[in-house]
Amino acid sequence: MNAIKHSLYAAAAVLAVSAGPSLAQTTVKWMHLEVNPAQIKIWEEVAREFEAKNPGTKIEMQFLENESYKAKLPTLLQSNDRPHIIYSWAGGVLKAQVEAGVLADITDQTKDTAATISAGAMSAFTRDGRVYGLPFAQSQVGILYNKELMAKAKVDGSAIKTWDDWLAAIKALKAAGVTPLTVGGADKWPLHFYWTHLAVRLGGKAGFEAALKGQNGGFEGEVFQKSGDLMKQIVDLQPFQNGFLGFKNPQSTGFFGDGKAAMSLVISTVYHQQKALAADKVGITDDKIGWVNFPSVPGGKGEPTDTLGGINGWLVTKGAPKEAVEFVKHFVSKDVQMRLAGAGFLIPVVKGADEAISNAFMRNIAQNLARSNYHQNFYDQDLGPSVGRVVNDATAELAGGSMTPRQVAKAVQDAFKQGN
Amino acid sequence: MSTTALGRAATSGKLTAVVLFLPPALVLFTLFVILPVGEAAWYSGFNWNGFGRPTNWIGFTNYDYVFEARAFGLALRNNVLIIVISLGIQLPLALTLAILLAEKFRGAVALRMLFFLPYVLAEVATGLIFSFVYDGDYGLLAGVWRFFGAEPPHLLASTQTSMLAILIVVVWKYFGFHMMLFIAALQGQDQHLVEAARIDGASRWQVLRHITIPLLYPTIRLSVFFAVVGSLQLFDLVMPLTRGGPADSSQTMVSFLYSHGVTRMRIGYGSAIGVILFVICVTFAVTYKRWFMRDD
Repeated sequence: MNAIKHSLYAAAAVLAVSAGPSLAQTTVKWMHLEVNPAQIKIWEEVAREFEAKNPGTKIEMQFLENESYKAKLPTLLQSNDRPHIIYSWAGGVLKAQVEAGVLADITDQTKDTAATISAGAMSAFTRDGRVYGLPFAQSQVGILYNKELMAKAKVDGSAIKTWDDWLAAIKALKAAGVTPLTVGGADKWPLHFYWTHLAVRLGGKAGFEAALKGQNGGFEGEVFQKSGDLMKQIVDLQPFQNGFLGFKNPQSTGFFGDGKAAMSLVISTVYHQQKALAADKVGITDDKIGWVNFPSVPGGKGEPTDTLGGINGWLVTKGAPKEAVEFVKHFVSKDVQMRLAGAGFLIPVVKGADEAISNAFMRNIAQNLARSNYHQNFYDQDLGPSVGRVVNDATAELAGGSMTPRQVAKAVQDAFKQGN
Repeated sequence: MSTTALGRAATSGKLTAVVLFLPPALVLFTLFVILPVGEAAWYSGFNWNGFGRPTNWIGFTNYDYVFEARAFGLALRNNVLIIVISLGIQLPLALTLAILLAEKFRGAVALRMLFFLPYVLAEVATGLIFSFVYDGDYGLLAGVWRFFGAEPPHLLASTQTSMLAILIVVVWKYFGFHMMLFIAALQGQDQHLVEAARIDGASRWQVLRHITIPLLYPTIRLSVFFAVVGSLQLFDLVMPLTRGGPADSSQTMVSFLYSHGVTRMRIGYGSAIGVILFVICVTFAVTYKRWFMRDD
């Protein structure tokens, strides 16, 4: 018995020596939320390339659905089995994670990579000068429109520059019997774009930062009351599709793709999604689809180039192997960014990678973002999960008519004061 | 001598049984009921987002926030509404069908199965199916409305009708379960009582009113108990249909806990809701058992 054991040990030792480093396997657990199989295919290729270049490292992709990811993450991060790389929208959740000490400080390892990334995107993942993650994509919120339907009401989408232009366009569309706007009201956040983009236009960067500090009445101040007032002007025109409060976002996107509504205030990626979610899987084709930036408002302190949108990135958790950081750096390398941008999946954050965008629509978005000096992250991410959801709730109620602009501003400020 | 030995044997036998059989149940109950409830009560005193250890003690402030929340009032109202509908419509419907179908005739078994089927279906699947049925553009209901030349409503999109839509699904889904309870009880009834009454000249209605239904009382009480507890737990049917919306109009206690506590990472606040729900459930269960089910 003993003899067998000994010989087994000996064999194992010999094997370990002869096989060398390939036995010292490091597994990097990478958790993501991506559902588009075409995009995942590229991600997998990137992972396999990294493995080939770094023998002994294995990249393991783990998937969670968006909402369950948000609900599960706090528990997951505090378990021993936590993933090494996690998805992030930056903002308030990132802040909570940093404060809880569950993330790794990767400032030193990522210095060279950080220098290649646009400063605005990089700052979203920096807290007190320390870097906790690397961004890989950004997006813009704006008005997506259907040229054919707009023509029915003799409206030119590209000519919408001011708030009054937009109101006039909505009225003309209604008069022509076309549903002016579609929105996924059941998900609430598609409605918060109206209120928050108005606040971006009205208050600019200074307005938002003042509210965070509680100055000028915080989120109950003039900027946010007026955002509500203006949003109500739109709501009062009853521009949305019938039953919009029951539509989830994919349904609304499909509704647009089916050519049933003229416009939709959406994230730029809806340009792709509306094709996939249309009944005919074709959607609104490139010659019929248009994009115009959110209009300027009278008396607004924000610049017309200011943008609202998302910034997505990867965080490295505490105790992750150093290969995890290396992989994230590889993922946001110019080469990979150009490949993903070239396929039209994202607006890259690495400087110069946007040259790879061949699609004219996405190119335009990339230029808008490059011109922007103030890119406001989605409120429901930036303000953290608790206050953010109140913004969504309250703006959805404003759209449904059960809250006044004043009540919306108060609800947000109250939630902000309650803290998490 | 021999009697004490026997007595000792009997007590020790009982003791062995207690020592053997109680701990597993006790451990499980402590681990999965007492501890989590205690933990929730502890967390409910903190302003805590679930990261690290709770440190920001705020006492009963979370409870204040819960009682101030409009959604809490709506959730409570909706839970009461579900209970009222369950007792007022679902149970009488189930009882009537049970009395009709407990008798033996061709097709009775098939009909029973048919009415029981909705109960077998998973809640989430049911919710999804009905969200398609209710869809104001492409749904079955919209088709019916259009057939009569009317503009179809979006039931799930209005604060006025969202709860109605859910109540219809609740009744549709659970009446079969209560019907089965009643049928089982009816088939266990002693038919001699009915025969005796018939011989004494009682009409069918009199037999039903004075014999069959009184004999069903224990089952009815049980059924009411299930209906109330089930309504307090209602969650997985609501999520795919409305997620508690629009404007919290179809929130139940549990969906309120989930959407305002868990998904907002307000663990303290969510725990406070959980504790309140727990108190409601325990109070109901204890008083109901004590007052109504004492003899069962």
